[in-house]
Amino acid sequence: MAYRECRRKQSMLNIIKHYKFWFGVSGVFALIGIIALIVYGLNFGIDFRGGTLTQVRFPDTVPAASEVRAVLIEAGFHDAVVQPAGEQSVIIRTGPQEKEEHDQLLNALIDKYQGIQEEQFTSIGPVIGKELRSKAVVQLILVSLGIILYIAYAFRKVSKPVSSWKFGVAAIVALIHDLLIVVGVFALLGHFYNIEIDSLFVTALLTVLGFSVHDTIVVFDRIRENLRISAGLELSEIINNSINQTLVRSINTSMTVIFVLLALILFGGETIRYFVLALLIGITAGTYSSIFIASPLLLVWHNWSRSRA
Amino acid sequence: MRRKGLYIKFIFILLLAAASFYIVWPKGGKVSLKPLKINFEKQFKLNLGLDLQGGTHLVYEGDLKDIEQGARSDAMNSARDVIERRVNAFGVSEPVVQVSGSNRIIVELPGVKDINEAIKLIGQTPFLEFKEENPNPPEVTPNEKGEIIIDENQIFIHTGLTGKELERASLEFDQRTGAPTIALQFDAEGTKKFSDITTRNINKRVGIFLDGQLLSAPVVNEPINNGRAIITGQFSVQQAKELVTRLNSGALPVPIKLIEQQNVGATLGLSSVRKSVAAGLIGFAVIALFMIIYYRLPGLLAVIALTVYALISLAMFKLMGITLTLAGIAGFILSIGMAVDANILIFERMKEELRRGRTLEQAVEEGFKRAWLSVRDSNFSSLITTFILAYFGTSIIRGFAITLSIGILISMFTAITVTRTFLRLLVGHNILVHHWLYGVPRMSEEAKHA
Repeated sequence: MAYRECRRKQSMLNIIKHYKFWFGVSGVFALIGIIALIVYGLNFGIDFRGGTLTQVRFPDTVPAASEVRAVLIEAGFHDAVVQPAGEQSVIIRTGPQEKEEHDQLLNALIDKYQGIQEEQFTSIGPVIGKELRSKAVVQLILVSLGIILYIAYAFRKVSKPVSSWKFGVAAIVALIHDLLIVVGVFALLGHFYNIEIDSLFVTALLTVLGFSVHDTIVVFDRIRENLRISAGLELSEIINNSINQTLVRSINTSMTVIFVLLALILFGGETIRYFVLALLIGITAGTYSSIFIASPLLLVWHNWSRSRA
Repeated sequence: MRRKGLYIKFIFILLLAAASFYIVWPKGGKVSLKPLKINFEKQFKLNLGLDLQGGTHLVYEGDLKDIEQGARSDAMNSARDVIERRVNAFGVSEPVVQVSGSNRIIVELPGVKDINEAIKLIGQTPFLEFKEENPNPPEVTPNEKGEIIIDENQIFIHTGLTGKELERASLEFDQRTGAPTIALQFDAEGTKKFSDITTRNINKRVGIFLDGQLLSAPVVNEPINNGRAIITGQFSVQQAKELVTRLNSGALPVPIKLIEQQNVGATLGLSSVRKSVAAGLIGFAVIALFMIIYYRLPGLLAVIALTVYALISLAMFKLMGITLTLAGIAGFILSIGMAVDANILIFERMKEELRRGRTLEQAVEEGFKRAWLSVRDSNFSSLITTFILAYFGTSIIRGFAITLSIGILISMFTAITVTRTFLRLLVGHNILVHHWLYGVPRMSEEAKHA
């Protein structure tokens, strides 16, 4: 055997062998996600509840959020939530308000702090909130269905020894894992830092779905190819080879996406920061899961059903 | 023969890039077919969403419960026209007023500073309605304080005659008292309706309501067939004048309610644009650096392809008149990250083939051929997601989904056609074929036999 080939063999990672460890790691993360979701729930934003968001800019020094809140409570806005935004601004969230109430709120602030400017104001009626909620659910269901059908179709010709629908289910398990992690992180962020879930967050989830499957398909595609050309090898070896052959690609692709997302988080606008964060977490989890979860799962499942047969 | 096709492709790519560059260039983008004696001239502009250029987004809901099923969409459309007239009177550049769904009207006012004024203008559009006496008025009972409260809206019922059928209103003065009155002239349909109403209500009152408030309730003496009505009320000359102006600019056929409002200040929008552009450029630079260091010559070609990709995408946004929002820019920047994926897949495959001892030419061909299935299948799943988002999403989400899906489609073209053409040209001419340039050491003798 050639020297290089030999060295490559040695440098190959045996991911399949340690699958229990990887499953354990993922299990812990997913479990934390589930617990956070159950204990804290999600902090829904005004998109889904209805309410207002006001961003005001201070001319020089920004008072503490608690101070602004005290001013608003004094003016009768007991449900106001105040958060710093950017260097010079704060964001104030309230429940649904009529026009006059918003004017009162703004006047209360103008009386106290001279020279402030309203940079942004959003008011969403409860009707719209309800509509957006149901739309989000419909979208999630449709995207998931679309992806399952697509994988079943793309892998329809693979039959032995792993049937095509197993590819589909393994990909979906990996997806659920990715989503649980993103949702879990945002349940924690929502509880501890008051970060809210808006329709952009749902968009991020759906994009993560698409991207994570994208990644998994590349690995599966290699398994499909190797199943055809290297008959006679053990399935575990085929899967491990496939993972290793696509490993550099998976990491490099995710790297380029992570570069741009990091650039967006660090230098991009305030408004989309958490949207990009959700994408970043989801895409990182997606890359990990297509290597360490989806593919080993195929093997474990295959062995399990064979031992029962 | 094949080489000729390659040159044609190469020239085609250069032309495409040049054309895109021309369209994208801030001062360019003017396409004129006048020299060809075709009367076509168009300046392509990059549309920025309200979150980027600053402005107001308003959503109104029309109350359609008193309108017949069949007439609802007409009513909404005429409400839209009325709002548009009012908005135009306000002097906003490029306002958007559109009906959305069955009972919504979306109003977008770019660059408006005084939002309250705008909302007042739209919201206060009078809703004029003529009502007749309810033949079965609800029983009126004194409340616990012994007062009798009369709700005029219960005493009068709808007749179907509203401001929609108004042709014009004018200010007149009562000849006896000199008090200001408002004269109304109905259009043909309104005249007929008014005639019917007055015929069946002789010696009864007809209520004239403005925005749900009773203005006056004259008693009908005889049928009126000429479509003229006079509103007398307790108003000053100034009030009457204002009312006439408002009635003439169009009374809303349906009452509307503001249910969603978004204002973004122009400074915030501008800083968002600046930040996004900076983030995009930095992201692009890091990707370029990474690709060139890791993949060397093919990496450099991929960066060229990526530049072509960015140019074509931006040109497409302009040509298709897509409105760029902050989320849309994020989608575009994300697509830059994803666009190199196809190249990475192909180059990894090429390296593998080279290591197996294939010639460079074979490796290039195999790399593209074998990676294609992965590229196609994986991008397709992302496209499914973006199509669903574009179809069901709100405007912010649609902006993101559209730029991302255009990005994915174009990237499949550039990453494959552009890089392949460049690589084939280089390899075909036997220039720059040193293996180091491809990130693989020259094949040792053993490897060739392996």
